[in-house]
Amino acid sequence: MKMQELNISDNNFEQCTKCTACTVYCPVVPLNALYPGPKQAGPDGERLRLKGESFYDEALKYCLNCKRCEVACPSNVKIGDIIQLARIKYSRKKPSLRDRMLASTDFMGSMATTFAPLVNQSLKLKPVKWALDSVLKIDAHRTFPNYASQTFENWFKKNAEPKQKKFKHQMTFFHGCYINYNYPQLGRDMVAVMNALGYGVNLMDEEKCCGVALMSNGLIDKARKNAETNIRAIRHEVIDEKRPVVGASTTCIFTMRDEYPHLLGVDNAEVRHEINLATRFINQLVEDGKVKLVFRKDYHSRIAYHTPCHMAKLGWQYHSISLLRMIPGLDFVALDSQCCGIGGTYGFKKENYKVSQGIGASLFRQIEESEVDFVSTDCETCKWQIEMSTSVKVKHPISVLAEALDLDTTTKLNLK
Amino acid sequence: MKHFDQTNEFDVIIVGGGITGAGTARDCALRGLRVLLLERRDFATGATGRNHGLLHSGARYAVTDSESAAECIRENMILRHIASHCVEQNDGLFISLPEDDIAYQTTFVESCRKAGIDAEVIDPQEARLLEPSVNPDLIGAVRVPDGSVDPFRLTLANIIDAKQHGAVIKTYQEVSEILHEGNRVIGVRAYNHVTREMHDFYAPLTINAGGIWGHGIAAKVGIRVDMFPAKGALLIFGHRVNNVVLNRCRKPANADILVPGDTICVIGTTSSRVPFEEVDEIRVTPDEVDLLLSEGSKLAPSLAATRVLRAYAGVRPLVAADNDPSGRNISRGIVLLDHAKRDGVEGFATITGGKLMTYRLMAQWATDLACQKLGVDAKCVTMTEQLPGSRPCKPKSERKVYDMNTPKFTAAVARHGEMAAEISSKTPCDNSFVCECENVTVGEVRHALEKWHVNTLVDLRRRTRVGMGTCQGELCACRTANLLGEVSGSVEKAESELKDFLQERWKGTYPICWGDALREAEYTRWVYGSVCGMN
Repeated sequence: MKMQELNISDNNFEQCTKCTACTVYCPVVPLNALYPGPKQAGPDGERLRLKGESFYDEALKYCLNCKRCEVACPSNVKIGDIIQLARIKYSRKKPSLRDRMLASTDFMGSMATTFAPLVNQSLKLKPVKWALDSVLKIDAHRTFPNYASQTFENWFKKNAEPKQKKFKHQMTFFHGCYINYNYPQLGRDMVAVMNALGYGVNLMDEEKCCGVALMSNGLIDKARKNAETNIRAIRHEVIDEKRPVVGASTTCIFTMRDEYPHLLGVDNAEVRHEINLATRFINQLVEDGKVKLVFRKDYHSRIAYHTPCHMAKLGWQYHSISLLRMIPGLDFVALDSQCCGIGGTYGFKKENYKVSQGIGASLFRQIEESEVDFVSTDCETCKWQIEMSTSVKVKHPISVLAEALDLDTTTKLNLK
Repeated sequence: MKHFDQTNEFDVIIVGGGITGAGTARDCALRGLRVLLLERRDFATGATGRNHGLLHSGARYAVTDSESAAECIRENMILRHIASHCVEQNDGLFISLPEDDIAYQTTFVESCRKAGIDAEVIDPQEARLLEPSVNPDLIGAVRVPDGSVDPFRLTLANIIDAKQHGAVIKTYQEVSEILHEGNRVIGVRAYNHVTREMHDFYAPLTINAGGIWGHGIAAKVGIRVDMFPAKGALLIFGHRVNNVVLNRCRKPANADILVPGDTICVIGTTSSRVPFEEVDEIRVTPDEVDLLLSEGSKLAPSLAATRVLRAYAGVRPLVAADNDPSGRNISRGIVLLDHAKRDGVEGFATITGGKLMTYRLMAQWATDLACQKLGVDAKCVTMTEQLPGSRPCKPKSERKVYDMNTPKFTAAVARHGEMAAEISSKTPCDNSFVCECENVTVGEVRHALEKWHVNTLVDLRRRTRVGMGTCQGELCACRTANLLGEVSGSVEKAESELKDFLQERWKGTYPICWGDALREAEYTRWVYGSVCGMN
């Protein structure tokens, strides 16, 4: 009986017992009949694809990579990864100009920030929207996030960098494309909060887009290059400088921790545990008694927290929620954990617009009914989707902290 | 098209619906004979459906039995042409491992060439590139034109073509008696297991194509055909580990062939004598499972950590040469017995021995004898005439499945070739999957139920692969039972069929039930026991 005890499958997809929980939890399945669903597209399809490439179904592009299937799976099958890998391996559709544009967040960002006022205005013009819609198939309903006229990196170098060395503790901030090109204010909030906690902020020598949008749009070689650059820089920070690398965007952090090794073949084992999300990093410091927070007495607001899908996959929503709930003047509303429908660049594509809005519909309704001042979430694309689809503004938990903290008192307390 | 459904008089009665019987029925029908085929259960339930599904190049027999080897390679090339939808042209490797005698390779290659088999010695590194799953320690490799063949599909295609040429096919009709007048066989008496009635059928010639059960059929007229039932056990793995057939380059031994076929791969076989009383109830033992796994992982080490789906065993109908009743001189060659000459019994012949690979030649021999006895002058055309499923695709206007290139139908087209065009895809329901592991649609199941002699859910599995995937019926069994109920108009039948089907699936899972297979079996038990209320 010896062989039988040893014969346990190494092939992840064989651990599927066909319970179909993944398909039940997939937000796309009820809305898009063309999508075969995670079970079919993932473990079932993989077995067929081993027989022949002709079994690859281009409909796998309808997967929005939310990973809720993986969260649902009781057998620990990496369903989302199987689907992503199949797209990487088998898809013969070359990425379109639109997909390349949507995917190249850092290239487009660096171009757009140079001409920010012009780009921002023209992206709002009807003829431009019409052209984007009909020529590039980027849905006209979509509003592009504004581009900042000064990147976060430039602001940081001019205004913040010189002051950072005086802090006892040091950390490295992975700002990501959104903070750099679209919303430097969140980066400034991050620097303010970290400084108040007694941490000096550093940027990496070279930071590239994490690559998630490149991967989902089929630009794998570019994504791999970015990953290699990032991991090289992160190794320097973590191993040589002994600084943890912390980011504010769930998806960037999730991608660098959990997607690099098996989707791109970029090894991160030595540094993975030091790649952290801002709210988790801070909450862990608070829980370990290493930092103290003092809140403003005059801060009052009612907010709802939305769990981004990749946050659910990381299993870290607890940290953001518990930080927010520390704020005495805050009336906290928990939203049901569900996908908002944007899926990064997915919802921008004309063919996905209806599905994208359909997925988020019940979330938008819940937000409208909750009568909150604003919604808080750790993901920038969720923010765009919720702001476009509801009347409510969205703030990152770090920005909420920056507003609610008594920064001066907190700074003094943490200097000791 | 001629139909003889209403009559009970034929030119030839063929007993046995394995590949030999099906092939013989087709050949006889193509040559204009009025044919009746009787099968006691379903097609391909004996040795036909219980082997590797290996499209032998003949290389395995080259050293020991050059005649069989030469037959194999000829039939191999014919099947690639006439049965392309049943065949995967994978090629095969005969590998030598450090413990094997590399000198055997030279003998092997010489013997192959003598038999007409294109055997090419390749570098071990090249072999690894050709088949990445192969044991990296190999010291030698020979490439041969092996392949895979789906015996269920091959049998069905022969049956369909026989029917198209007027043959009458009856399944679940068991021959209980051979009717004879003196020393002349005049027909058979058959018991219909479905209607529970007896019927008599008459023909000047009855051909016994009963495989291992042919021993018992011949015995009904007091004729002795010495057979030696040899059990062979095999394991099915959950997915394809290899894409090239892997063999050991040594004298044929246990568990030294790994064949990829459709979505799975099969390792086998063991070999052990079994008494005749056990041939209907063959089970795979834990020792056999161990042997298959440990020997198999020498061919492809990753097998040791690949999920096993099922275990099964077949009984080879080995025939002893007439002058050697001890059975020592067992041949794998074709044996055609004209009992008029051999035993003085007119109107009765037995076609046996041989292999799945040589079924067409066996059929040709048997049909030649039939034509000679019946005074019919017709040439055999089965070496060139393509089987249904391997013919050119119909024009779009004549199809029910309009876009056969969609991934949804890739599996159905692979299974049925141009016949897939007959499957209905009118409604979203037709296009939804019954079997999610093997991509079988409602349309395909209905088509099989209505057109392809399906009496039970297990028969349906042989036609379509329903329930042959990793879930082993967990999700598809109740759906197919429902469709069977609809088509047959009987809820009771659907219920009892569902039980039998799950029981049959469990029989194959039981010997390998550990790890993920155990988890899945437990889940299936919960679905049908707790949710559906079945016992």
